[in-house]
Amino acid sequence: MNRKSLAYPYMIWAGIFIIVPLVLIVYFSFFVDGQFTLANYTKFIEDYYIAAMVRSIGFAFVSTAICLLLAYPLAMILAGKEMSNKSIILLLVILPMWMNSLLRTYAWANLLENNGVINNLLNAMGLPSVKFLYGNGGVIFGMVYNFFPFMVLPIYNALAKIDHKLIEASYDLGANKWTTFKKVTLPLSMPGIVTGIIMVFMPSLTTFLITRLLGGGKVMLIGNIIEEQFTRTGDMGFGSAVSMILMIIVLITLGIMSRKGALDEEGGLF
Amino acid sequence: MKRTVKRLLSLVAVGAMGFSMVGCSSEGENGKVVVYNWGDYIDPEVNDLFTQETGIKVVYSDYANNEEMYASVEPGNVSYDVIFPSDYMIEKMINNDMLQKLDFSKIPNYANIDEQFKNLPYDPNNEYSIPYMWGTMGIVYNKTMVTEPVDSWDILWDSKYDDQIFMYDSERDSIMVALKKLGYSMNTRDKAQLEEAKQLLIEQAPLVLAYVGDEGKNKMINGEAALMLAWSGDAMVMLQENPDLAYVIPKEGSNWFVDGMVMSKDAANVEQAYQYMNFLCRPDIAAKNAEYIGYSTPISAARELLPEEIKNSEVAYPDPSILKKDNMEMFNDPSDIISLYSSIWTEVKASN
Repeated sequence: MNRKSLAYPYMIWAGIFIIVPLVLIVYFSFFVDGQFTLANYTKFIEDYYIAAMVRSIGFAFVSTAICLLLAYPLAMILAGKEMSNKSIILLLVILPMWMNSLLRTYAWANLLENNGVINNLLNAMGLPSVKFLYGNGGVIFGMVYNFFPFMVLPIYNALAKIDHKLIEASYDLGANKWTTFKKVTLPLSMPGIVTGIIMVFMPSLTTFLITRLLGGGKVMLIGNIIEEQFTRTGDMGFGSAVSMILMIIVLITLGIMSRKGALDEEGGLF
Repeated sequence: MKRTVKRLLSLVAVGAMGFSMVGCSSEGENGKVVVYNWGDYIDPEVNDLFTQETGIKVVYSDYANNEEMYASVEPGNVSYDVIFPSDYMIEKMINNDMLQKLDFSKIPNYANIDEQFKNLPYDPNNEYSIPYMWGTMGIVYNKTMVTEPVDSWDILWDSKYDDQIFMYDSERDSIMVALKKLGYSMNTRDKAQLEEAKQLLIEQAPLVLAYVGDEGKNKMINGEAALMLAWSGDAMVMLQENPDLAYVIPKEGSNWFVDGMVMSKDAANVEQAYQYMNFLCRPDIAAKNAEYIGYSTPISAARELLPEEIKNSEVAYPDPSILKKDNMEMFNDPSDIISLYSSIWTEVKASN
């Protein structure tokens, strides 16, 4: 038994549950009834499929940006020296993850309904109802809510590791707060930011559940199109082809991200 | 070389573990029957009663729609004994040689089924299936929000009800509504008619509050919307919860359906499956199920056992003359049109 053999269980696991399904997806996307064909891919060149893909990328982009804007200040506060009860706040960020995201999303669907708890409260205070659900707003909200912790944690991790002496040195050398942030803190936290972006962008791009529950089925994202091929239309070939296209887009995104050189540094994901 | 052997061995070990786990599910004293049914489509007590009476264990799992069922039955990894597909799906499974002919001498209770539910187009000589439940599709509306009489699909296109309409997130049912509104057969294969239906649905999309799944029932009960496309069985449940709701089958006609019991070709527990099917056709058991799930039983003797308000419900048991109308149709096997349906639906939903 050498140390390497400890990795065998995982390799077998990965072989059966990652490699084999991946090969099947490639196969299904190129072969219809045993014949090689590109038909599944050419079928995708239809303006409403392309539009769904573009919309998905847009939604993922917006929700990632919102998560980043909300998470960075929070992570900074948490990593700050003067925070006394930061473990409680950190716990509050992680706590929702103890519960299944499907249940939480269902809960939001009930709270945000036109006739739901929040609108009833608004009405009781004499305010008009707001249509939270059944559209783009609800979907973006659901993405930000569900994936926010994945942005906070890596950024917090990266910030907490920064040697405080570097920041003090920056002040000593005459930099003000903004310059210190721009020249010292931000670059050093880059690996955390990149990890956070990847961790939020990817699930946002592929979700079908949030669109379904909070978008009232009116928002068609690429995840919904794939889901539909497998569960309703039964067109595994086309579903596989769309999955392949989506994977390629994710790969390109990852490639761009790793170009930034942040992935192999401390706090990075890979 | 040694390494490869090691790797192969561990693979085999994992595989063997998997098989042994499948093998160790316990059986009743008289064997088991593997049942695959719609979610929420049986009174859970019925399976226990069956096991008590026969000593046969019921291995039960459920699915959300016909297509999901088909996708998991077709590869044949799991052999189910009794399955509950709808009419058009029975036709498709017969066409694809997935079902076995039933020996009706082993199902004496089949005699209880009403004549009008026998020899329907999906199984013309009634060789493969036994009707389990039936129902219609129509509009559920909230009488406090809709004061005018509702009798036509047109109301789902009325801009007065902007953001007050729930449609089903299902291409088949939505296209059916559009085709019926246009006066066409819902089984049309005419591209021009389907194109018209698509345009109609795109026109409707801005008025629709949401394309819902099962969650729509509760939303409708809570008064979230005024109108909803619904199956009669779901309507029964909704009307019981909220007396402001009403159900109507529009005059342009609609879909009526039968969900049947069938036995898959590779059923492993044939005798037990016959006993199970026979049990579900017994009037007291059929009544128990019909009362629990809200759909309509094809067994008159069972209907007689139901509480008055269900037995005489216009929703569950519409006047027989309505079903006889030409514009009430069943779906055909959609295999040849399914990809067109799917792209129509994607286009409709992507339109706003």
